[in-house]
Amino acid sequence: MKAGSKLEQALVEGRFAVTSEIGPPKSVDAEVVRRKARLLRDHALAANITDNPTGVVRMASIACGLMALQEGMEPIVQVTCRDRNRMAIQSDLLGAAAMGIKNVLCLTGDHPSLGNHPQSKPVFDLDSLQLTQMVRNMRDEKQFQNGEELNPEPRLFVGAVENPFGHPLQFRSVRLAKKVNAGADFIQTQLIFNIKRFREWMQEVRDRGIHERVYILAGVGPIRSAGAARFMRDRVPGMDVPEEVVQRMAGVERNEARKEGIKICVETIQELREMEGIAGIHIMALEWEEAVGEIVETAGLKPLPMRLAASVSPER
Amino acid sequence: MIVGEQKPLDEIRDQISPFKKVLILGCGTCVTVCFAGGEKEVGVMASTLRMAGAVSGQEKEFLEATVKRQCEWEFLDQVAEQIASVDAVLSLGCGIGVQAIAERFPKVRVYPGLNTSFLGMPVEQGVWSARCAACGDCVLGRFAGVCPIVRCSKSLLNGPCGGSHDGVCEISPDIPCGWQLIYDRLEVLGLLDTLEEIVPPKDWSAGMGRGGRSIVREDLKI
Repeated sequence: MKAGSKLEQALVEGRFAVTSEIGPPKSVDAEVVRRKARLLRDHALAANITDNPTGVVRMASIACGLMALQEGMEPIVQVTCRDRNRMAIQSDLLGAAAMGIKNVLCLTGDHPSLGNHPQSKPVFDLDSLQLTQMVRNMRDEKQFQNGEELNPEPRLFVGAVENPFGHPLQFRSVRLAKKVNAGADFIQTQLIFNIKRFREWMQEVRDRGIHERVYILAGVGPIRSAGAARFMRDRVPGMDVPEEVVQRMAGVERNEARKEGIKICVETIQELREMEGIAGIHIMALEWEEAVGEIVETAGLKPLPMRLAASVSPER
Repeated sequence: MIVGEQKPLDEIRDQISPFKKVLILGCGTCVTVCFAGGEKEVGVMASTLRMAGAVSGQEKEFLEATVKRQCEWEFLDQVAEQIASVDAVLSLGCGIGVQAIAERFPKVRVYPGLNTSFLGMPVEQGVWSARCAACGDCVLGRFAGVCPIVRCSKSLLNGPCGGSHDGVCEISPDIPCGWQLIYDRLEVLGLLDTLEEIVPPKDWSAGMGRGGRSIVREDLKI
């Protein structure tokens, strides 16, 4: 075991893993995180804690990760390159690992111009590939990015993301391979609504044998309304929401929309589960955490492995 | 070339409001070519400021001059007398011109009339586009002549990110995705396999954030 997290354990043992996501509050309201952690802890093995998603300033992902841990929910702390350079990221990761965080997810991050402080200076000292490699080397080579010795090293299970729907399409499986070469232990994908395109990408992934070198968790999420489907289709960078999904959401009564959104999500999970090379599911409920339990149960993803005991004390 | 654009007139007037006699100094090189601070723009700026002054009843005098290059002291020396005769200089040169004046004439008040925008080139009539970040460590060889530092909004060396769609950047449909440009160029050149290599973190120390960087060429020193 590289880090010994619940997530790593489940994946190594070949259990189909379910992860979910917690969005930190735009304030110091810790109860937001704690409530979401309690909502999700019986339905997911681990939960991503987002890092200033869409470039909007929110509570720090590491701090929220620790709160989730105290509530018995294993965190996957997201780290983006948008607002911290290699020095800040390394020092944060040392702190995170020292406090008992065992999973990280390395991302480029949304550009600040899309967020709520558009005048801030974008950092992007590293990109997500270099970040992934740096974290892997901190753990496996016991080295800081500059080559200096790091002892004892942070034992972190390293995640990365890939968007099968980003352009140019033909480069997306190559870029996944690069992330695995950089040291990604697991991958979470962008939300999947275009299952046809996802199938093509997975075929390329298998043709390259990448699925045998990394655990791929397929990203899904329930759509709340036809409006939300259109918004994701038209306004969210990197999203691919096919017309038939929008039509399906538009075709039901307003008060039935949520049910339909969950239904589409469950159907997607069932299709994904049958695909060779999918090691698990990552459910992004985007402020609709209440839906996760229903999705997991309806999709037959239970029983999950035992959850963490509450109030886990920091390691070391 | 260095590309700049004029500051808003209100900001220019605010900067020079305390002064009665102002020299508007243009530059005959980059900012002439990008129609921001050459002889013609100096004339227009002077007329505009005179009219604005007349409307508000202020007595102000504006002198006009344009040197070949504001960024070289020997050209600035040609207008030393005019500079000495005014209360302030409004430079329509780039930021380098403004600083060259400040360094050559320590007692002179100098103000920028332009915002220096980027190093770039004209891509069509009336349109200029950034091409270089002066990062001090050129990577164009690896990326088939397309700069990821400038053309990618996130300066990714291992792009494209997940926000690249239909050839445009996630931050605006008006900004081409730099990584799509890199990909297309490498494809034409039959070099796509070079993208499989992970490009290591960049040495940003060659670029910004080190105070005044200098190049010293001993072979050229007198």
